[in-house]
Amino acid sequence: MGRLDPLFAQTKAEGRAALIGYLPAGFPTVDDSVELLRAMVDSGCDLVEVGLPYSDPVMDGPTIQAAAETALRSGFRLRDLFRVVEAVSSAGGRAVVMTYWNPVHRYGVDAFARDLAAAGGLGMITPDLIPDEAGDWIAASQAHDLDRIFLVAPSSSEERIALTTAASSGFVYATAVMGVTGARDAVGSAAEGLVARTRAHTTLPIGVGLGVRSGAQAAQVAGFADAVIVGSALVTSASSGVGAVRELATDLAEGVRKTPTTIG
Amino acid sequence: MTGPADNGSAAKGSADQGSADKDGQVPEHDPHAPGPHDPDGRGHFGPYGGRFMPEALIGALDELSAEYDKARLDPEFTDEFARLLRDYAGRPSLLTEAPRFAEHAGGARVFLKREDLNHTGSHKINNVLGQALLTKRMGKKRVIAETGAGQHGVATATACALMGLDCVVYMGEVDTQRQALNVARMKLLGAEVIPVTSGSRTLKDAINEALRDWVTNVDTTHYLLGTAAGGHPFPVMVRNFHKVIGIEARAQFLAQTGRLPDVVTACVGGGSNAIGIFHGFIDDPDVRLVGIEPGGKGIETGEHGATLSEGSPGMLHGALSYLLQDEDGQTIEAYSISAGLDYPGVGPEHSWLKDTARAEYRSVTDAEAMHAFQLLSRTEGVIPAIESSHALAGALKLGQELGPDAFILVNLSGRGDKDMDTAAKYFGFYEES
Ligand SMILES: Cc1ncc(COP(=O)(O)O)c(C=O)c1O
Repeated sequence: MGRLDPLFAQTKAEGRAALIGYLPAGFPTVDDSVELLRAMVDSGCDLVEVGLPYSDPVMDGPTIQAAAETALRSGFRLRDLFRVVEAVSSAGGRAVVMTYWNPVHRYGVDAFARDLAAAGGLGMITPDLIPDEAGDWIAASQAHDLDRIFLVAPSSSEERIALTTAASSGFVYATAVMGVTGARDAVGSAAEGLVARTRAHTTLPIGVGLGVRSGAQAAQVAGFADAVIVGSALVTSASSGVGAVRELATDLAEGVRKTPTTIG
Repeated sequence: MTGPADNGSAAKGSADQGSADKDGQVPEHDPHAPGPHDPDGRGHFGPYGGRFMPEALIGALDELSAEYDKARLDPEFTDEFARLLRDYAGRPSLLTEAPRFAEHAGGARVFLKREDLNHTGSHKINNVLGQALLTKRMGKKRVIAETGAGQHGVATATACALMGLDCVVYMGEVDTQRQALNVARMKLLGAEVIPVTSGSRTLKDAINEALRDWVTNVDTTHYLLGTAAGGHPFPVMVRNFHKVIGIEARAQFLAQTGRLPDVVTACVGGGSNAIGIFHGFIDDPDVRLVGIEPGGKGIETGEHGATLSEGSPGMLHGALSYLLQDEDGQTIEAYSISAGLDYPGVGPEHSWLKDTARAEYRSVTDAEAMHAFQLLSRTEGVIPAIESSHALAGALKLGQELGPDAFILVNLSGRGDKDMDTAAKYFGFYEES
């Protein structure tokens, strides 16, 4: 049973999509990131993705690159990640970590999973780890009872969607557009097709991310996905302070409640 | 099958080259044939390599693997590649003995594999012609590439001009300044050069930016990676396109000396020129393979790019390999006077060759490389690339260690024209005039 199953059971019962918000740990400082993530939870994020700032964020656009650089320059260390996760969990929020793979490999996959679980984290999203290479992580996630959130993309073949969903737990992350992270005016039209193709292979909830920046867009995505994932837009608003983050999260939370979802 | 070596030195050297091997074995002449040194089906050399890449790019890597696996067995492809290497790139490149230089190498005999004489001035053209042909086979019209020294960018822009492909080259802003001449060459050839201003503004960040472009435009675009690194199938494919260096050199060495070298040495940035020449000798157990990494201002200063000597296993740009990284797994920026060696990662097969002790890796400093750069110019009338000067400096040391009976083969991976500004500043030529 996945650690995130109760969350999705609840949103399904409420007939809506979940709202998932992303913020890098340590941005702009470790303490600030704790405050911002707690504000996201208070304002309606059902789950937060705590990002691990990394020197070579190949899947990220300028907004998240700059945030990671800010965090690293202000002295963020890997151990701070667990402190941030702990602070979110102990305040009643739900958190998963989103990270490029090398820092986890370097720390030790099992040790990382152990310390994440001890901090109250529920799972991990791994944008540059495919199930084909994930033997260590599959074992560690089972040992420490964490969800494994792998990604599917518009370019994924049926065979790869089958493989990826079979290796996932909690939910499946569908990247809405081919490209890097960043707020967009229109969510990719590929997203809806990808969600439909993915549903044919799994009963797991499907979250859609890359590009959402407003309540209206969130409502649109909530029409076909089980979770709406927002990253760059929240990172941008964080630069204007915690008030701006609350405002955006509130708007997004209203968005996911506007349109009945396709589930149930 | 007609390998490029059949058209060149082997024919020029001795008629029965195929049987000239001291072990009585017929040298492998088909650089594309699958063999025991290939990685497993998922691109692993021992534990190294693989694909640590976003799912969005796996489809493109699968497509590339499938196309390459077909092409490497297809005479239409391999003959066309051999023809381009011969009639366009000017292969086989010469093997030149360097006796006046060798006086400084303990009196050992030193031979230079003259990749500097290839069209566009370095070994990079071998890989580029192979991948550009594959791009056409896949029906893609747009090529992107990263470049450090600019040699790979120039070679890519050249092949794109030849084959009518659109070309975009990502280059760290620092390198656009160090290698301004090559920026002009790429523009003249019709490529768009995009200066990269993120991170360290050198080769690593140029690759990051190229990967971001690729994930956005993967349907129409081939990423023509310039070294034997990255996710599978790049390391094995790039290696095979460069194997011609080692195959030719082995036949030429036998023809000129009647024996094999004691040591083969090459500089290691991402590792493509080194892996290409090493593979000519990989099954000759008595031939030592020595890779020379950039020691920068000295290993003890921390300002270097000696990935295999000083790094630890980690993932960068799609493969598990040795990596310069800190305790937290953050990449450490590399430093070298040479833009083409200034890279914190390295191709995965080198990690495997290191761990299995089939190859050795050492470093030389900026100062040692620049000394060899000037020495080769003044003793042999050959101006090497600063990258290749690292291998030359390595050869000077190896010769001093091994003494006058030793035979040393150096891969002279490129010519030094692009480095004139750096050299003039380094040696103070501008002040003199
Ligand atoms: C002349 C020359 N030699 C060597 C290199 C290093 O690359 P590699 O290690 O892939 O051969 C470069 C890279 O730009 C180069 O231009």
